Amino acid sequence: MNEGFLNNLWNALQLILAWDTELVRIVGLSLFVSGAAVLIAALFAIPLGTFLGLKNSKWVRYISKIIYTFMGLPPVVAGLVVFLLLSKSGPLGILELLWTPWAMIIAQVMLALPIITGLTMTAIKSKDQAIGKTALTLGASKYQAALAVIREARIAIISAIVAGLGRVIAEVGAVMMVGGNIQGKTRVMTTAIVLETRKGNFEMALSLGIILLVLAFIINSILMTIQGEKDY
Amino acid sequence: MIELKNIVKSYGEKEVLNIESLKISRGKICGIMGPSGAGKSTLLRIINGLEKPTSGSIYFDGKKVSFPPELSLRRRMTMVFQKPVLFSTTVYNNVIYGLKVRGRENRQKVLQAIEFVGLKGMEKRNALSLSGGEAQRIALARAIVLEPELLLLDEPTANLDPANVEIIENLLLELNSKKNTTILIVTHNIFQAKRISEEVVFMKNGFVIEKGPTNKVFSRPSASQTAAFIKGEMIF
Repeated sequence: MNEGFLNNLWNALQLILAWDTELVRIVGLSLFVSGAAVLIAALFAIPLGTFLGLKNSKWVRYISKIIYTFMGLPPVVAGLVVFLLLSKSGPLGILELLWTPWAMIIAQVMLALPIITGLTMTAIKSKDQAIGKTALTLGASKYQAALAVIREARIAIISAIVAGLGRVIAEVGAVMMVGGNIQGKTRVMTTAIVLETRKGNFEMALSLGIILLVLAFIINSILMTIQGEKDY
Repeated sequence: MIELKNIVKSYGEKEVLNIESLKISRGKICGIMGPSGAGKSTLLRIINGLEKPTSGSIYFDGKKVSFPPELSLRRRMTMVFQKPVLFSTTVYNNVIYGLKVRGRENRQKVLQAIEFVGLKGMEKRNALSLSGGEAQRIALARAIVLEPELLLLDEPTANLDPANVEIIENLLLELNSKKNTTILIVTHNIFQAKRISEEVVFMKNGFVIEKGPTNKVFSRPSASQTAAFIKGEMIF
């Protein structure tokens, strides 16, 4: 490891410890955009995943395949679709959301939605056979049995939300395309890292990278703690 | 209490159950014996309404049962499986579940049921931390707290040690004598059927081969296949 890298790393740590205003603003916006995106996605994905997990028909299996495919949706493709929808000539251009945090949230919802739906669906499916059947034999109505299944799958559903957050907070392609990385407005951690690296401002880029890594560590720790609970 | 008429269950081309007529009397413990693939578990699942018969009719107290059975009818019976599935919560919450869904929560009854299966003091334990025998006893407590008219048991002691088997058999005998609960128990174990059943049904390849009082079937079986099974001969 050469001296230059260590110097940059040292300066980056100092920047973090100094609680640099720009740095705080960027981290704050990242958390807001990704947090809002995951929350909105979860509001739709959990009921949808639950419904699909409880149903077993030909068309549900077909939809499942599509959802699994979209779980690997490249962020730039999500960014492109949202860009086309929100651009002036697009169907939603009138809303003038392009280059705002809302455009970034929409793009990240597109990325988080299939992940949370797919993982919720799998969680519900894995519990439905045994738990659903047991609840029915104990006199539960179909609705009460479905609630029992959801309750049993709760840890896996929370894990799905955390996995969705992990995915969107680290992505760069979608937010860059629809947010534009505008200073003080749409600049988030990942897009700032790209910019600062290009400018040669390695201290700032590294400090953001460190914060992103720490956030990823925290998210994964939460995920592992939640999943560990299953084993008792 | 329960009467089956011309019940057939097929999965695709494969017919797994074909029962021309079977009557289960109220207040009896009835053992259902037979080799693997005889259709014993399928019979229980059909009576419980978990599976729809391909054709035929079931009558409960003389009234024809529709599919899926009405909730009020389903709530007159319950079932315990070979591998108990407990909810990931406390023992207490597991046992109260059936009462809760009926809107008849009763703490005293739950505690009594837990005591009845010999696990008093375990109410706050996480149900998933129980041993196999304890879990099966809690599954049984969860069923009997509902005071069902009909208790369906699908090999409830198949994976248990002799001590737990004895505890559960004694519980079933007590339940039957005190509450007059009709018990239908599927078992691989002919000795268990002999120990606790007043009448037995012997099934093979989806058919009822023989049904009668336990003593008679064991001492003077009318079908050669029943005799072979009782003797412990390999029958397929």
